[in-house]
Amino acid sequence: MIHFTNVSKRYPGGFEALRDVSFHLGAGEMAFLTGHSGAGKSTLLKLIALIERSSGGQVVVNSQNLNKLGRRRIPFHRRNIGVIFQDHRLLFDRTVFDNVALPLIIAGYSHQEIGRRVRAALDKVGLLGKEKLYPITLSGGEQQRVGIARAVVNKPPLLLADEPTGNLDPELSREIMGIFEEFNRVGVSVLIASHDHALIRSLQHRVLMLDHGALAGDGFLRPRS
Amino acid sequence: MMRDRSRREQQEPAGARGAQLRRQGAGAWLNNYFLRHAQTLFYAIGELSRRPFSTLMTVAVIGIALAMPAGLHVLLKNVQSVLSGWDGAAQVSLFLHQQTREPAAQALAGKLRARPEVAAVDYISAEQAMEEFRRLSGFGDALSALEENPLPPVLVVHPVLSRQDPASLAALVEELRQESTVELAQLDLQWVKRLYGLMEIGRRGVWVLAGLLALGVLLVVGNTIRLAIQNRRDEIVITKLIGGTDAFIRRPFLYTGIWYGLLGGLIAFVLVQSSLGVLAGPVSDLAGLYNSSFRLAGMDLPTTGALLGGGLLLGLLGSWLAVGRHLRAIEPT
Repeated sequence: MIHFTNVSKRYPGGFEALRDVSFHLGAGEMAFLTGHSGAGKSTLLKLIALIERSSGGQVVVNSQNLNKLGRRRIPFHRRNIGVIFQDHRLLFDRTVFDNVALPLIIAGYSHQEIGRRVRAALDKVGLLGKEKLYPITLSGGEQQRVGIARAVVNKPPLLLADEPTGNLDPELSREIMGIFEEFNRVGVSVLIASHDHALIRSLQHRVLMLDHGALAGDGFLRPRS
Repeated sequence: MMRDRSRREQQEPAGARGAQLRRQGAGAWLNNYFLRHAQTLFYAIGELSRRPFSTLMTVAVIGIALAMPAGLHVLLKNVQSVLSGWDGAAQVSLFLHQQTREPAAQALAGKLRARPEVAAVDYISAEQAMEEFRRLSGFGDALSALEENPLPPVLVVHPVLSRQDPASLAALVEELRQESTVELAQLDLQWVKRLYGLMEIGRRGVWVLAGLLALGVLLVVGNTIRLAIQNRRDEIVITKLIGGTDAFIRRPFLYTGIWYGLLGGLIAFVLVQSSLGVLAGPVSDLAGLYNSSFRLAGMDLPTTGALLGGGLLLGLLGSWLAVGRHLRAIEPT
């Protein structure tokens, strides 16, 4: 699903956010991306969603070499990736339903199909009764779930999450992770950037560890006994 | 690590929607396309109606800018229609020698009537001329004191309509001057020419004004759309993040521009029509004083169409310029 080959990213001004990173995330695989702040977690996710372009090396997502993907094809690439942000990035002047429906409207689905899929996605994140509410009336955890529903509503084969539990208490964080595991169980590839080591340790998935832009570890964290 | 591969089947494979659309055929796709455009059209008017005051301000500025050239154009057309009544009334006055008797004058009139370029000839005897002058000038009593009639008999020659261009008229006047009984041949067309000259200046002026004000409308719409883009920066970023194409993001702004232009055109129409309504009364009074049944004409269908269509196009163009400049600069980070 995701192939990084000797990828580096240097920002204008000389800051090197990623150095010679190589890894492979298989289809249907779930992994955590961890490391101190500034280690390059967000940059790595941005390269996958083409919010940034790599300065060196090769990024292949969904059998598509991103180096060769033109500007005009970026939107269609992004439709195959569900992205979840720490700050949710919801539209606060629209209802929960309209927020979740946005990817389907963009892709040109029919009215009936949109209603059906939005309700299915809200059902999966446990927000079915709240589709007519505005996001501002929801708690942080619920807002994050709206963000997740929006990311999965058009059934992308890959989910990216950037610190999805950053502002949530441990119990809510565990719930959110449970939702991601459910999607993974039906075959969606999931890559989650997080520095919540306790949570990552308890979940037993593959962990990619970044340190100052370089890949410092790739494996499983042992649960604390 | 690659567990549950088999469950992947539950997910819709990539490209399934494309296949589904292909099955539906081109008709359904086209239907969907127009539906989406119609939705955006009504979405845009909905957004505008949510901010009625600022929308009205913008639309009013556009309306006034469009109303000025449109109104002047309508006024010019009215002046033109007044003039066209006089246009066919080019006539040559032949002032005969004082001592010319009526038979001689009638003989000349008959000779002139036989010419192909002359439509009609009226004979006004010195007495008739005196009578008319007495009646219209208000010098009745003073004129009675005159011992003899100082006015000459006059032949008024009406050329046929096809010979009323300036060159033919000048040639005709030249020939009439050669007649022995004619003292003075006068073609009173100079003032018509001058008026036409003024009209031409007026018409050019309307075009120049229209050009400048169209530029103003472009800037107003462009600036309003620019502000709208800035206000919705977050929405644009999010839409780009979840795969919205440039065309998708551009569309509501373009429709907003179209609405601004169209509503501005409607306001201009109302402004022009009501201004003409205010002028209509005095104009018909004035026309009555000239024994004319002239009535001020309002905007005709082509002019109204041009006004609304022009407003629409200017709105679209203005928003297109703004969108092209500002939308690309907003990228997710």
